[in-house]
Amino acid sequence: MKGFRYLQGVATLELSTPLCIGCGRCVEVCPHQVFRMEGKRAVMVDRDACMECGACALNCPAAALKVDAGVGCASGMIHEWLRERKIPGFGGGGCCG
Amino acid sequence: MTFMVPPGLYAIGAPDSEAPVVVTANYKMSYDLVRRALCGRNVWLLVLETYGINVWCAAGKGTFGTGELVHRIEKSGLDRVVGHRRLILPILGAAGVSAHRVKQRSGFDVTYATMRAADLPAYLDRGGSSTPAMRELRFNWYDRLVLIPVELVLAAKPVLPAAALIYLVTRLVWGADAAAAAAAAFLGAVCTGVAIGPLLLPLLPTRSFAVKGAFAGALYCALLYALAGGVSWGGAATLAAFLALPAVSSFYTLNFTGCTTYTSKSGVKKEMRLGLPVMAGALGGALFIVMAGRLLV
Repeated sequence: MKGFRYLQGVATLELSTPLCIGCGRCVEVCPHQVFRMEGKRAVMVDRDACMECGACALNCPAAALKVDAGVGCASGMIHEWLRERKIPGFGGGGCCG
Repeated sequence: MTFMVPPGLYAIGAPDSEAPVVVTANYKMSYDLVRRALCGRNVWLLVLETYGINVWCAAGKGTFGTGELVHRIEKSGLDRVVGHRRLILPILGAAGVSAHRVKQRSGFDVTYATMRAADLPAYLDRGGSSTPAMRELRFNWYDRLVLIPVELVLAAKPVLPAAALIYLVTRLVWGADAAAAAAAAFLGAVCTGVAIGPLLLPLLPTRSFAVKGAFAGALYCALLYALAGGVSWGGAATLAAFLALPAVSSFYTLNFTGCTTYTSKSGVKKEMRLGLPVMAGALGGALFIVMAGRLLV
């Protein structure tokens, strides 16, 4: 995304090139243009732009992609953490309800 | 007030059996945006039950997902309404929908078309192909500005009692003037983290939201020092302010990661693992300094 870059070297995205069937679905669904087709195979050209939304892995018919998908949202993680430890207060908020 | 549209198949204009089928969420704003964009055309609109949540958040939760899409195709009798087997989905819905599983289970081919509903007419006019610009996410100054009011309201719930507590404790120990100043300084740091950090996002240094927020907070504290008679604060209060206020701003700018469209779970986890102990340490240090200052003077 133009003008915005997040932390480097943290994305959990993995592409297993031998499994790729070259359908181009990952290029179609990625909101951050992480992939490009080179010949009949997809390649990762910008792995650090990955926001781990999981769209590519979910839509890869060959299961060539793996990513620990989730939402990069600090308040969501804090709420989850409080909920897991059954700590009351603060709960109920959160941006996506 | 309800933000939901009943799920099901809707006609825009007078679509026939060959008209395109566009899929969206039943959040009223999503539905209205798509309908407005496609006004004057003949298109089928398949609205999924996402419980009034937008496409992106619903895809993350899985309600804008393979199961609901297949179910809605069957329930609406779409295969009898249209002769073709093609569905047009928003790109941001791909995090919840698995195109090849939809194909297996319903026979319909999924195409992820554009990022924004406004580009749908151009997409259709191009015969169902999108340009790189239509597939690109944007997050400009205005996009961020419109998020800030709701973020301020969400922040107010825990912040106002905290400000009251700061006021009461400071008043008991240092008197009314100091109490008002401390509570106001705290509220200012929250606003800096919630509003100024996100607005100045690309201008603030580093990629870390926590560091960006701390920078904004330090700038705010420096301004406060310059404009609110910092020289009269005394050593302990000055040091405490420069420790605590950036920590508060940092926390609230880090919270903005949930509003962006480019932060990853792993990245935010890393920031929290490194950042939260530093913020807690800074607040604890500030508290220690003002208490020690009080006892020694």
